[in-house]
Amino acid sequence: MASGSAHFRLKQWFHRTGWRSTIIATPYVWLLAFFFLPFLIVLVMSLATQADVSPPFAFGAEWPYVTFDNIARLFEDSLYIRAYLISISNAAITTVICLIIGYPMALCLTRVGKTWRNIFLMLVILPFWTSFLLRVYAWIGLMGTNSWFNKGLTFLYNTLVPSGSTLTSIPMMNSNFAVILVMVYCYLPFMVLPLYANLERLDFTLNEASMDLGSRPWRVFLDITLPLSIPGIIAGGLLVFIPASGEFVIPSLVGDASDPMIGRVIGDEFTAARDWPMASTVAVALLILLVLPTMAYTHFDSKAQAAREPNP
Amino acid sequence: MHASDLQRPDPLIRIEHLTKQFGDFTAVDNVSIGIEKGELFALLGGSGCGKTTLLRMLAGFETPSAGRIFIDGKDVTNSPPYERPVNMMFQSYALFPHMSVEKNVAYGLKHENMTDAQRRDRVREMLDLVQLTPLAGRKPHQISGGQRQRVALARALAKQPKVLLLDEPLAALDKKLREHTQFEIANIQYKTGITFVVVTHDQEEAMTLASRIAVMDKGIVRQIGSATDVYEYPNSRFVAGFIGSITMFEGVVTESNKTHTLVEAPQTGGIIRARADQRLSPNQKVTIAVRPEKIALSRERPENEANVLSGIVQDLGYFGKDSLYRVKLPSGLVLSVNSVNSRRAGENERIAQWEDQVWLSFDPSSVILLTE
Repeated sequence: MASGSAHFRLKQWFHRTGWRSTIIATPYVWLLAFFFLPFLIVLVMSLATQADVSPPFAFGAEWPYVTFDNIARLFEDSLYIRAYLISISNAAITTVICLIIGYPMALCLTRVGKTWRNIFLMLVILPFWTSFLLRVYAWIGLMGTNSWFNKGLTFLYNTLVPSGSTLTSIPMMNSNFAVILVMVYCYLPFMVLPLYANLERLDFTLNEASMDLGSRPWRVFLDITLPLSIPGIIAGGLLVFIPASGEFVIPSLVGDASDPMIGRVIGDEFTAARDWPMASTVAVALLILLVLPTMAYTHFDSKAQAAREPNP
Repeated sequence: MHASDLQRPDPLIRIEHLTKQFGDFTAVDNVSIGIEKGELFALLGGSGCGKTTLLRMLAGFETPSAGRIFIDGKDVTNSPPYERPVNMMFQSYALFPHMSVEKNVAYGLKHENMTDAQRRDRVREMLDLVQLTPLAGRKPHQISGGQRQRVALARALAKQPKVLLLDEPLAALDKKLREHTQFEIANIQYKTGITFVVVTHDQEEAMTLASRIAVMDKGIVRQIGSATDVYEYPNSRFVAGFIGSITMFEGVVTESNKTHTLVEAPQTGGIIRARADQRLSPNQKVTIAVRPEKIALSRERPENEANVLSGIVQDLGYFGKDSLYRVKLPSGLVLSVNSVNSRRAGENERIAQWEDQVWLSFDPSSVILLTE
């Protein structure tokens, strides 16, 4: 009884002194200051025109002060459309490859003993302890024409693919292939970890029940494990697809400069072209392109979740 | 006992010298059982006694370390679960959460060689059997625990297996529902004629459900028999103590012939007379066991009774239909006595109160003599 009333008094104090509101408000204040306000600045900037002042943009002198020319340019200049398409397709290919490699990895993590599971999980997370840039540079080295990796692949190609001419090396750098390869490498953990979290929660007796009712292992996977892991696939897919489509560093370092991804276009507009309003427009369009499907998914997922709650 | 059980002619399930080891731990130790077609057989034991491991070996989820399993004459020891004519009802029910009740029941029929119409009919028939037809379209999370249990039963029965394995089928239900479902399971077993093997830790459940019970302890089958066999004629101290309550004390045989056995029991201060169920030799040490309901309690010394003891009421429990008395003998031995409250009586009209001197008597036929 005594501890109960002490607990109650603590709760009252907590409410009265405003700690409760402070704790609830903190993440919102953070979001407001570091996401919403900057986004608002970018949004407003996208409605301005380039100017030779600092910062390099200006608004019209009279009503309506803003211009929608940048948005029109987005659709007129094939460079942007093409960059969006390449970004989306690169991100989609990366996501699919990550899923194909990551799913068996995650499934294997749930099936091995505790010791091995911890070791494998460690191996999945370990690359994060090295700088991201360093890992991309390591790939530049590996893909270079004189590396053992390139020589090995060249040897394999020359032996396995019969043709008149033998290659001395495979040109991998500065290509879309290189971008996808490095993106798959960098984003694989973001696929494996949510998938593992999902698969690990699945009740293994369901697999036993399916097998007991006559299903062979492959059938058990298709009937039970796969459909029940769809939330994990979607979570992992979003975690890979969204950053991959806006990826800036990897295409800049290993990609084809004449056929850029959208992240690189934004960067170039900001720095080389000094066209901040155009860069902002491209960025806002990308955000809309990525956020809308995510919001739709979250909306339907929360609806589905509500349906899963037991009926009273 | 093992040998005699193997000699039954052509049992449906023949388990021969089955052993399962997990590392150093022996979960099932050289178990041999024959289960007849149409039987409702119970594996009864405390947790960790190996009953669930034995059931999982029958289902094919565990591979035996040694021994063989035959079902309907076919050696299935190393068959995978999907090739056995056996279905299981899981303790957690293991219903597929992403499928409706109907789809769950139909799941096992996917691989059966039958037309869509036959499949639909079978699902209907199964849903009717467990009275769930109105809920066919619901998902498992939208129905109650008792209904889920029935879906699990229907799903396991849909393939018309030769053997249905039930792992603690009633453990997740509340007491009222458990009693009702108990009879429902027995009824469905009778209707379908399928051989049921039930794993349970609940002796009442085993005794009301099963035609025969195997009492297990530490991986070993201690006794196989009907509910009456294991209750009235336990073959060991373990079985006697595990099933129901019982008072046990030590004694030495003084005389054993065709009509009776006399055992000297120092703790009772005299000789206990028992029926000659088994041949015992003089000077053999035995354990004397008497069930509480076999002992009569009275204020006056009863006449013409073979076994009469006297003591003081140490404890008294009133349960409505009966009362439990714990009577302490001068030697310190405490006997439990169960007496039916056949007459309506107030608290002050009881046969005996705390600290009262009472007389206990029981028939020689009620005395169980145990050597193991």
